[in-house]
Amino acid sequence: MSLLDVSDVRKYFPIKSGIFFQREVGRVHAVDGVSLSVEAGETLGVVGESGCGKSTLARCMTGLHEVTSGNITFDGDVRRDVQMVFQDPYGSLNPRRRIGSIIADPLVIHREGTPSSRRDRVRDLMALVGLNPEHYNRFPAEFSGGQRQRVGIARALALNPRLVVCDEPVSALDVSIQAQVVNLLKDLQAELGLTYVFIAHDLSVVRYVSDRVAVMYLGKIVEIAPGEELYERPRHPYTAALLSAASVADPDRPRDRVILRGDVPSPISPPSGCRFHPRCPKAQERCTVEEPRLMGDGHKWACHFPLEPGERLQSREVGE
Amino acid sequence: MSLTDAAFEAEPVHAEVVHGKGPWQLAWERLRRDKAAVISMVVIVLVALLAILAPLFALITGHDPLTQYPSTALTPEGLPVGPGADFWLGADSLGRDLFVRLAYGARISLLVGLSATFLATLFGVIVGLLAGYYGGWVDGVLARVLDVVLSFPYLLVAIVLVAAVGASVSLTIFVIAFFSFAAMARVVRGQTIGYREREFTEAVRSLGASPLRIMVIDVLPNLVAPVTVLASLLIPTSIVFEATLSFLGLGVDPRTPSWGAILADSTDFYRVAPGLLVFPAVLLLLTTLAFNLLGDGIRDALDPKR
Amino acid sequence: MWRFLIRRIVFGIVVLWLVATTVFLLFFAGPADNVARRLAGPRAPIEVVEQIKDTLGLDRPLFTQYLGFLGDLLRGDLGTSFISQTPVSTLILQSLPGTLWLVFGAAVLWMIMGVGGGVLSATKPRSLRDRTLTVLVLAGISLPTFVLGILMIYLALSVFPGTGLQPGPYISPFVDVGAFLSTMVMPWVCLAVVQAAVYVRLTRGSMLDTMGEDYIRTARAKGVPERGVVYRHGLRAALTPVITQFGVDVGTLLGGVVVTESVFGLQGIGQLMIRSVRDGDLPVIIGAAILAAAFIVIANILVDVTYSFLDPRVRLA
Ligand SMILES: Nc1ncnc2c1ncn2[C@@H]1O[C@H](COP(=O)(O)OP(=O)(O)OP(=O)(O)O)[C@@H](O)[C@H]1O
Ligand code: SF4
Ligand SMILES: [Mg+2]
Repeated sequence: MSLLDVSDVRKYFPIKSGIFFQREVGRVHAVDGVSLSVEAGETLGVVGESGCGKSTLARCMTGLHEVTSGNITFDGDVRRDVQMVFQDPYGSLNPRRRIGSIIADPLVIHREGTPSSRRDRVRDLMALVGLNPEHYNRFPAEFSGGQRQRVGIARALALNPRLVVCDEPVSALDVSIQAQVVNLLKDLQAELGLTYVFIAHDLSVVRYVSDRVAVMYLGKIVEIAPGEELYERPRHPYTAALLSAASVADPDRPRDRVILRGDVPSPISPPSGCRFHPRCPKAQERCTVEEPRLMGDGHKWACHFPLEPGERLQSREVGE
Repeated sequence: MSLTDAAFEAEPVHAEVVHGKGPWQLAWERLRRDKAAVISMVVIVLVALLAILAPLFALITGHDPLTQYPSTALTPEGLPVGPGADFWLGADSLGRDLFVRLAYGARISLLVGLSATFLATLFGVIVGLLAGYYGGWVDGVLARVLDVVLSFPYLLVAIVLVAAVGASVSLTIFVIAFFSFAAMARVVRGQTIGYREREFTEAVRSLGASPLRIMVIDVLPNLVAPVTVLASLLIPTSIVFEATLSFLGLGVDPRTPSWGAILADSTDFYRVAPGLLVFPAVLLLLTTLAFNLLGDGIRDALDPKR
Repeated sequence: MWRFLIRRIVFGIVVLWLVATTVFLLFFAGPADNVARRLAGPRAPIEVVEQIKDTLGLDRPLFTQYLGFLGDLLRGDLGTSFISQTPVSTLILQSLPGTLWLVFGAAVLWMIMGVGGGVLSATKPRSLRDRTLTVLVLAGISLPTFVLGILMIYLALSVFPGTGLQPGPYISPFVDVGAFLSTMVMPWVCLAVVQAAVYVRLTRGSMLDTMGEDYIRTARAKGVPERGVVYRHGLRAALTPVITQFGVDVGTLLGGVVVTESVFGLQGIGQLMIRSVRDGDLPVIIGAAILAAAFIVIANILVDVTYSFLDPRVRLA
């Protein structure tokens, strides 16, 4: 059995209107039928554009959101053994509390240890994530973004969790700091045998840390594969487009790029058939009516007309 | 890269770095450097002393605030005497000691101002926290009701209530407390809704923290700043409102020495005895100005970016 | 748009109905004898109390009385004053002109002072000018209206008697313009000064917010001269909250400028109300209170509708 099993999970946010009697006028399909599993000891990367439902999926995994339908099974106690590292190093630490108490929160809430044993544990954790243990008495405002993210990591590790869900843990940091925090996470994984779900919109970061990578688009997983396989042989046009957009900065392959045209459609009323069809260079009639299912094993993709190995997505096809 | 080296990473910290000093300590230090706020605090302390020591002044002067002293306080023509050794600020038209009455008036002003604000803050914070945290239709209705309540002027409601149940100090406090409560609850509710969605509350919620713990330990400390600022501005509003009601004869019993009532008494006499008007007016103005300045100072101290 | 308007009006009617019900319960709930005694006042002879009980039908079940009360209200019948035996609506109509002149005259003054002061403050933030205005505003906010009023009367009567300004009852400008002005100028200034303080703050705050926003920066970058930037972009956007506040304030004040009218002895709705409370003249109090509530509710509807034109996003809410 996998450590975490997500099967056909949906999370819709109702949009309400009205003063006294609220009517539901629509729903945001933030996560719309996601299935995946996470094996103990691995790192599963999740990538996708902003708003595609990555954070919502993460919140469902950690029990912060009640799922609308579907099942999440975790081999252990979700409240203890699944912890989260948040995206925003400024928003995730309470500005009015000392970081010592912030890191001790998991211990206090789970009634673990005595005040003095907790203090020792907090100092150990601070040292572990590369913070000076003498600074436990300081407030978050006295730390830099990178240091705050270390505080967040220390808090996530306090209960020796089995799974850590990292929701874009470095995207708010300066590029020079990102590598330090990512390396810290990798080192901790080696040291403590952690399992990660690592969310990012930056493909290169995900590639560096992940064993397997899932690509999300508008609440759905469109492709999931072992890291190298996905980067070398993407089958889904959206993955290919993301990869070529990421290589824009790469001057060696200027011809390759397919820039995604148009805006991401609204998750309130997602497009029919394949959700990617309004933006897909390979879209055909069938794509607008029939929704592709996630197929394959090991390397799975959801597309009627996947790229053949070696095929390049042609940017001129984007037109029409 | 060794892990502990990272603590000394060369990343800039975008905040005042005064190690170990909490936000409260920093705010207090900023407040102490604000001259207007310091002077205001001195004025407030003096007014508080005036109120606390009122019986002492009555003892020293030998003048009760309610007793009339026609033989010593009125001139042979029947006019009140001016300031002097016997009547420090002069006498009023009925031959009572203005200074002693003002000192006792300070008690009423502070009593109403502080108790109404205290009640409003207590209930406003509790209701605002619960409504903001739990949301739902109760909260929706409450928010609408607070909006409507706050769209009516205090004075109109006070007048109708006085007409229905009669004037009294407790009614005055109740009306002021009720409206201040509405203002406080609305602010606290709005802030709580904001903090409920913040990642640091989600972090503890995902650990299974109880709603009570989240409200008290995680949200409340963040509300101290806006609540303090609002409360410090509600105090002068309450004092002015009490004085206004008493001036109109709708507040405390007219014989009670409230600043508003003293000013109302003065209106027919200030041509012959301007002190009757000037002293209470200046005292009232100084008190409210001091509280307002202090409130502004506290706001700037808690939120230096503005 | 229509749906929004209708919803808003229905909500306003609900609020008015709640106000009327509260007022009714406040005055009429309880044993008939107690209610009659309260209505008549503590000094009234027992016959008067009995008579009030009869004429108002206080012996009837509360709900019957309530329906009668609402019925009268809907027909615009506010009852008759105990003291003057005049219909309440007549008393209100007599008092309305004083209040109207006071409010609209003062409104002109406070908008000029408030918006002008706010613009002066916001165009040079943190300058000496701005700081001076800020202190003045704080003084204005701290100064109780009635203290300002009696200080003005003291100055006009004792220190500068030459001005000819004096407190007194409202005199129609169509009867005697000179007397009208000599009684109205002080109340106008008094009310306007107190109100202006709030408007300086509001204008300054929202202008500074707006001027920090991108499109002002864009306009500046395009080379629109400073003055043009301020007026065309900053002020227009900044005026939305000011107009909102203005509508609400005027609506509230039309229901009676209690303090100012009382201090200056100007006979408007506010003073009518205070006098009725002192005399225990309940029908007048009830009538005036419901009128005031109606003004407030109508003003709030107008403001919301105006606002939804200025900023279409609110209609969704
Ligand atoms: N609590 C909520 N209520 C309503 N809608 C929500 C809520 N949380 C998220 N959404 C919506 O669900 C969609 C997915 O949001 P989510 O935060 O999961 O995206 P994301 O992939 O994490 O984006 P980002 O990269 O910006 O963090 C968005 O359209 C968002 O507006
Ligand atoms: S199913 Fe059709 S539209 Fe969707 S990704 Fe494949 S080719 Fe494009
Ligand atoms: Mg996110």
